[in-house]
Amino acid sequence: MLIKRPPDIRSSEITDKKLYLNRRDFVRTAAGTVVAAATGVLGAEVFLRAAEPAAHGRKLANVKKSPFSTTEKLNTWEEITTYNNYYEFGTDKESPSMLSRNFKTEPWTVAVEGECNKKAVYHLEDILKDQVLEDRIYRHRCVEAWSMVIPWVGFPLGDFIKKCEPTSNAKFVEFTTKYDPVQMPGTRLPPAFGGLHWPYVEGLRMDEAMNPLAILVVGLYGEVLPNQDGAPFRLVVPWKYGFKSIKSIVKIRFVEKQPLNTWQDQAANEYGFYSNVNPDVNHPRWSQATERRIGEFFKRKTLMFNGYGAQVASLYAGMDLKKNY
Amino acid sequence: MIRGARLLKAAVFLASLGPAAWLLWAALTGHLSANPLSDVTNETGIWTLRFLCITLSVTPLRRLTGWNAAIRFRRMIGLFAFFYGTLHLLTYVILDRFAGLDFPNGIVAWRTVRDLAVSVGKDVYQRPFITVGFTAFMSMVPLAATSTAGMVRRLGGRNWQLLHRLVYVSATAGVLHYWWQVKADVQRPVAYGIVVALLLVFRVVWARGYFRAAAPKGERVAASNPDRQRWGPGAVEAVKNVEPRKP
Repeated sequence: MLIKRPPDIRSSEITDKKLYLNRRDFVRTAAGTVVAAATGVLGAEVFLRAAEPAAHGRKLANVKKSPFSTTEKLNTWEEITTYNNYYEFGTDKESPSMLSRNFKTEPWTVAVEGECNKKAVYHLEDILKDQVLEDRIYRHRCVEAWSMVIPWVGFPLGDFIKKCEPTSNAKFVEFTTKYDPVQMPGTRLPPAFGGLHWPYVEGLRMDEAMNPLAILVVGLYGEVLPNQDGAPFRLVVPWKYGFKSIKSIVKIRFVEKQPLNTWQDQAANEYGFYSNVNPDVNHPRWSQATERRIGEFFKRKTLMFNGYGAQVASLYAGMDLKKNY
Repeated sequence: MIRGARLLKAAVFLASLGPAAWLLWAALTGHLSANPLSDVTNETGIWTLRFLCITLSVTPLRRLTGWNAAIRFRRMIGLFAFFYGTLHLLTYVILDRFAGLDFPNGIVAWRTVRDLAVSVGKDVYQRPFITVGFTAFMSMVPLAATSTAGMVRRLGGRNWQLLHRLVYVSATAGVLHYWWQVKADVQRPVAYGIVVALLLVFRVVWARGYFRAAAPKGERVAASNPDRQRWGPGAVEAVKNVEPRKP
């Protein structure tokens, strides 16, 4: 008769002492890491802001005036160069002014690709060589419900597109921002923490891109564009929310299908492809009916197409702009 | 000793006023960003959350270090959370709502008061992140109102303590308010979320008695006293007498 009964707990199920000590270590280390990371993030924000307006750059020569310019009061150089949304250089408004100082904008090349006859990598000087620069004083409306009046210097995007000789398959133009984690600390934030998917991409329908209001910009206040404002080469589409006006462009591609722009990719329920300024279509989290002009206390009523309806409303005739936000 | 404690309390009071003083100075001397109105709103909000976190860490600090004197600062720090919360609400009402009104009858008019009330009410109702922010503030109001010694006596310690657990609601709603407000980069709201979660988890863990062996001697005695157990001595006996469950 077998008297010996098996023990309640088999020895194979008993956790080895070394292992459970390790487990404690692990929990302790994990907790320590979490606390350290949280302290780091919270500590970093305590630093006083050290935003600094951009140093003044080289004067641009032979700049024409434009009938498209507004006569509203300009925002100052200081405001335009310290209050920037340029997530490649951090998500605080002041970060781009501090972190983009050493961003290398020379030499700069732009790749032209896709459905066109003049596919090539162009030097920026060669692109600018046969363009006449114009002052374009535009209203700038951010999707965050603030606005500025900014004296850009640039030339019509349409003029550049014609030189690329797009084919009949080119239905959209897709733009890409430079992506360089070494120079752009903001791009090192992993998407798990809400970082965007890099590189930043934007797009326009071909007829939008050919509209004379859409410009490629190389200057501000008659001077070379400061880094925090998207130097050396950016897009400005004044009837759309600011994020459509992509900065530091390194690639222009003609495509048949509508591109997936970065903010739509980030949150499609909040940001669409068209992103026309529209006081009747609210952002899911805030109203777009009014805006604060930087430097003013009372808010202004936001204008349809940011006040550029006379030039662009016909592009969207028959379209449901509530659906195509 | 008493004198030293008073001095320390005065120092904590002044330090707590620091952020408000700094903000006022920076706003008046142009040391804020190009959008100072939004800075004032953001800063007062973040300091509310910070003071809530400090208030919530007083109990864990006492439990873990045995430094019970820390309790003397808790009411003051909690009231500072309410102070910054009030500033935050006021900046929102004035800079965001009031500044966006139409004023068809001029600024000084009954119409303005009505329009402002409607504008705030609609916003609180329509925008989830404003709703939770408002919740966070409203759950601090009864705490501030019952913060005096007289109110503790009138309510009775137990009721008072129960009521003041509303601070957990306030801190949680505060983190959520921050989280839902940001556009993409959630690092900071997540960091505050972790801090608040740790402070709340500590309370749960402590209630279950995990850390007590590690606590200083005085605390350990208090914890092992059956009168201080959650269900009282009777419940403890009842549990002991229950037949062990069959596996």
